[in-house]
Amino acid sequence: VIDGLLADIGAVIAWFGDPANWTGNDGIPNRLSEHLVLCLASMAVALAIALPIGLYIGHTGRFAFVVQSVANIGRAVPSYALMAIVFPITIAFSIGLSGDLAFVATVIAMVLLALPPIITNTWAGVTGVDRDLREAAMGMGLHGHQVLRGLEIPLAFALILTGIRIASVQVVATATLGAVFGGGGLGRYIVQGFARRDDARLWAGALMVALLAIAVELGFSWWIRRAQRWSTPQRQDVAPPAEAPAG
Amino acid sequence: MTERPMIDWDWIATHLDDLWALTVEHVTLTVIAVGVGFLLSFLLSLVVVRWRAAYGPITAVAGILYTVPSLALFAALVPITGLSATSALIALVSYTLLILVRNIVTGIDEVPVDAREAADGMGFTRGGRLWRVDLPLATPVIVAGLRIATVTTIGLVTVSALIGQGGLGQLINEGLRTSFPTKTITGASLSVALAVVADIGFVLALRALTPWTRARARPAT
Repeated sequence: VIDGLLADIGAVIAWFGDPANWTGNDGIPNRLSEHLVLCLASMAVALAIALPIGLYIGHTGRFAFVVQSVANIGRAVPSYALMAIVFPITIAFSIGLSGDLAFVATVIAMVLLALPPIITNTWAGVTGVDRDLREAAMGMGLHGHQVLRGLEIPLAFALILTGIRIASVQVVATATLGAVFGGGGLGRYIVQGFARRDDARLWAGALMVALLAIAVELGFSWWIRRAQRWSTPQRQDVAPPAEAPAG
Repeated sequence: MTERPMIDWDWIATHLDDLWALTVEHVTLTVIAVGVGFLLSFLLSLVVVRWRAAYGPITAVAGILYTVPSLALFAALVPITGLSATSALIALVSYTLLILVRNIVTGIDEVPVDAREAADGMGFTRGGRLWRVDLPLATPVIVAGLRIATVTTIGLVTVSALIGQGGLGQLINEGLRTSFPTKTITGASLSVALAVVADIGFVLALRALTPWTRARARPAT
């Protein structure tokens, strides 16, 4: 067993050493950049939608029930099932349109998956700001948007980042699944590894995807720990909702 | 292009048996994964309760497993354990560990000091207190962990269809392979429905398991 494992590890190392895997459409630089572009595009759209919603609900306290529903739906809808539904619908609605449909469908699914953690954590962060601080700021004559910008967002920053962290890790995982539906990214290696019964390729792909997800997770954790130093005065009775499932 | 409806209701009506069988398979995989995951997590939590220093390393390893994208973990296991239920279950179990260990340990930590001291005063042994005081009081937090783990696992089981398992996920795959959206959408919808049912089921189960939390909420007479 150990000999077999060593041989497998050797094969994976050899795969990474093969210059053919570093050039062209199927090369690591291209697949990695496809993966990153997918993730960044999805996160940009998700942030543009989710941050204003979370800040608005947290600041005004209106529509707070929406947050709980979003959190519940986000937890119940699995990424793979969501992509499976989004794909045929995207394709059905875009008959006659040109462009990379796999990319569009993957981004739509990834955005939908990234929204719940960002909305719920942003809401929890803003709602959790100490009421006394908020009243003091109001008493000093600050306007609502000034309170939001000068007090609530800074104090909620660590929790907002936590939401973005959860969404980002999930987005990295979901981009991998996109390859099953014909999309690009590092998931291609896993799909090809299966199809060609090429274990080295399969493992190399799985390894790169895992390392990317762990790097994103650790990067955000480091940033969050730094942010927590100055965004601590939080009420204890408003806990952020549970984390979203892994993709 | 001929107009084909997105959902072929006749197909669903004539394949109810298949849908049921796949749903049962989906539930079976979920129950085994969460069951084994809970057992493992429980043992790990007992280790943490006894040796606190183990908490950091255990959650760090569980956290790394939790972070690895599901397709990567399922795929990585295939050359070792094959396109088998074993591969699926190893991955599914490893995704439950972080949530379960964290909730079991937090639940035990949050037991009120008063209750603990009262138990010690009544002469409970360390183990006796754990089983008859700490764990019952930790039940809500532990069940909350089981709830998240179960709902998560139901979603991940669909992904395991890519390695030949997957219950309702197989329906999703067949639909994609044969360009028959009915199968895909039915499989996805049923797995979401299953997750929602499980989510609600845990809320009801918790109410039944911890009658004292309701008694407290009742106004005094």
